[in-house]
Amino acid sequence: MAITERNHLQHIKSTHNVDVIKNGLVDIPMLQLLDAQGNLLSQELELWDKKTALRIFESMHYIRILDERMVSAQRQGRLSFYLACTGEEASVIASTAALADVDMVMTQYREQGVLAYRGYRTEQFMNQLLSNALDPNKGRQMPIHYGDKALNFMTVSSPLGTQIPQAAGYAYGQKIAGELAITMCYFGEGAASEGDFHAGLNMASVLHCPVIFFCRNNGYAISTPAHEQFAGDGIASRGIGYGVNTIRVDGNDPLAVYLATQKARKIALTDHCPVLIEAMTYRLAAHSTSDDPSSYRAKSEEQDWELKDPILRMQRHLEQQGWFDQASIEQYCATQKSDILNALKKAEIQPKTNISEIVTDVYQEIPAHLARQRDELIAHIQRHPEHYRSTNMSDKE
Amino acid sequence: MAQMNLLQAINHALVTAMTTDERVMVLGEDVGHFGGVFRATSELQAKFGQARCFNTPITEQGIVGFATGLAAQGQVPVAEIQFADYIFPAFDQIVNETSKFRYRSGGQFNCGNLTIRTPYGGGIAGGHYHSQSPEAFFTHIPGMKIVIPSNPYYAKGLLLAAIRDSDPVLFMEPKRIYRAAVGEVPEDDYTLPLGRAHIVQEGKDISLVAWGAQVSVIQKAASMAQAEGISCTVIDLCSLLPWDIEAVCDSVQRTGRLLINHEAPVTSGFASEIAATVQSECFLYLEAPIQRVCGLDTPFPLIHEKEYMPDEHKTLAAIKYAVNF
Repeated sequence: MAITERNHLQHIKSTHNVDVIKNGLVDIPMLQLLDAQGNLLSQELELWDKKTALRIFESMHYIRILDERMVSAQRQGRLSFYLACTGEEASVIASTAALADVDMVMTQYREQGVLAYRGYRTEQFMNQLLSNALDPNKGRQMPIHYGDKALNFMTVSSPLGTQIPQAAGYAYGQKIAGELAITMCYFGEGAASEGDFHAGLNMASVLHCPVIFFCRNNGYAISTPAHEQFAGDGIASRGIGYGVNTIRVDGNDPLAVYLATQKARKIALTDHCPVLIEAMTYRLAAHSTSDDPSSYRAKSEEQDWELKDPILRMQRHLEQQGWFDQASIEQYCATQKSDILNALKKAEIQPKTNISEIVTDVYQEIPAHLARQRDELIAHIQRHPEHYRSTNMSDKE
Repeated sequence: MAQMNLLQAINHALVTAMTTDERVMVLGEDVGHFGGVFRATSELQAKFGQARCFNTPITEQGIVGFATGLAAQGQVPVAEIQFADYIFPAFDQIVNETSKFRYRSGGQFNCGNLTIRTPYGGGIAGGHYHSQSPEAFFTHIPGMKIVIPSNPYYAKGLLLAAIRDSDPVLFMEPKRIYRAAVGEVPEDDYTLPLGRAHIVQEGKDISLVAWGAQVSVIQKAASMAQAEGISCTVIDLCSLLPWDIEAVCDSVQRTGRLLINHEAPVTSGFASEIAATVQSECFLYLEAPIQRVCGLDTPFPLIHEKEYMPDEHKTLAAIKYAVNF
């Protein structure tokens, strides 16, 4: 095969000035389409339809309620752990709304809104959170590590950023298989410091993968503020450095998030390439129920962001459009609250996963050494049942 | 002497190290103003300034690579990896760089001042990403030292020794007993030797070996065995690389039996290394097969944590098996 002549300097201009580009700052504006009052800031828009807008609005409320109830359930000792999305509902839910159901979603761990929008049922949330036998993960993972094959929602993994190169690979597979689908990959600005972020963006760009990298820049990685996480004004400039199409949006503006994601999806799918979306938002919640932000950030700062509540902004937009129905949303919220509490009670009394599952799914088939370890364990428990009272030894699930 | 828990003892060791040597620096995720997610680095930034105790971006390979370079320059970094489960992005740095720095340069350069601290182990409902015990991986890396304390007194003395040691040390902290392990700790500066095991109690029927949080498990099993007339030697290994072959073999030559307990999966766990060495050194003294009471060869399961753990009941059963063999 003939080797084509290459010129890796072809796009580079020469200069005669000894100029160092300072700080490498690229001026990337933030797309904003709704002001705090819900007014449209641009008239040249193809707006969403009422049905989509209301579904986003309801999902945002659902997640707010779920998070509040589950944080308080954790405080009561009913869950071991929880992690809320409060303040970031627009970033997660409005972006999901712009995807197709066939699109694969890979998340970090704060994106339960994706599942809510796609129709994950309350009892499914509860079964995972309570790690009971009905949890499709078989109770193997900590609360909030959801996974649902039917909804194209990849099972959550705690290590940060590992999903980023995986998303590039998954998207490459979708392209090669000729699927009319993309991969959506969520992560936070802290995860963007991991090597996997850089590897993932570079590979997606070089290998032309139809993937959206959606960065929730919420200002904090546990206690570490963004300015100790990276220099510069955010993550968007990294996209440009890797040759990735990039847009920055106001993450608390659901319309901006929705339209940016819609456009990103179209580019990814038709041009076979990655797009980076940086959503500027704020983690109003603690990092998790193991965290207390009062020791590292000012209450006044949180209060400033409470005024930018994405749910409130969405409500005002709906009012402006004449789509808001107070009675209907109140009814919706009341129903969800009671459904969540009822589902929690039901999930709590489910048995835990049978002990025989301790060795399943490590491999497709249980190898001999694991079968032996399982049998020895069960025999030990049968000899000393008084020490293992919570073990589910029943023969049928 | 003061009553301290294991976390306070570690914090005390860090304060002592930073006070006595201005080259000592603490870095890692959330270790600054916040004091670390477990509060091991609490108040260090306030006491010693941001230049010597600072947050890093979330990049474990970056943290270890940076700290390796810092150590090569002559500073004394103590790098924290927030959970041992998250150390793997740094595996390349540790395996190929940190551990071979001195060797590959014929001794011209070294990063021996480096200490990496990381909490490990189960028992906190952490599932498979906040519970792993990956110590065996690191014992397979010539050039590294691996140290694991089991109580506050050892935590302070061993951490100070690790920081001042002239080889890179991975210091693994049993997070399950961070607050539960409380004991008398000297407020003075002191070190305990690396590579030396601690005989917690002497017995005549069987030697029990563990490290970290599992030391208290074998102690419990030893008391339960005592009630049944079996006398156990309890050995806290303290260092896994290098490990105290002499102390363990000396004990086995007297008891004739050995049990090793660790949380990590049994296959290729560090118990395998100990068992191989002991059968070689003590072949004619052994009166029963060496017992390994360890985790199963599965990821660490959230919901089956209790059943998975090599607890005192499994340990007692194995003690009785060995003694009655």
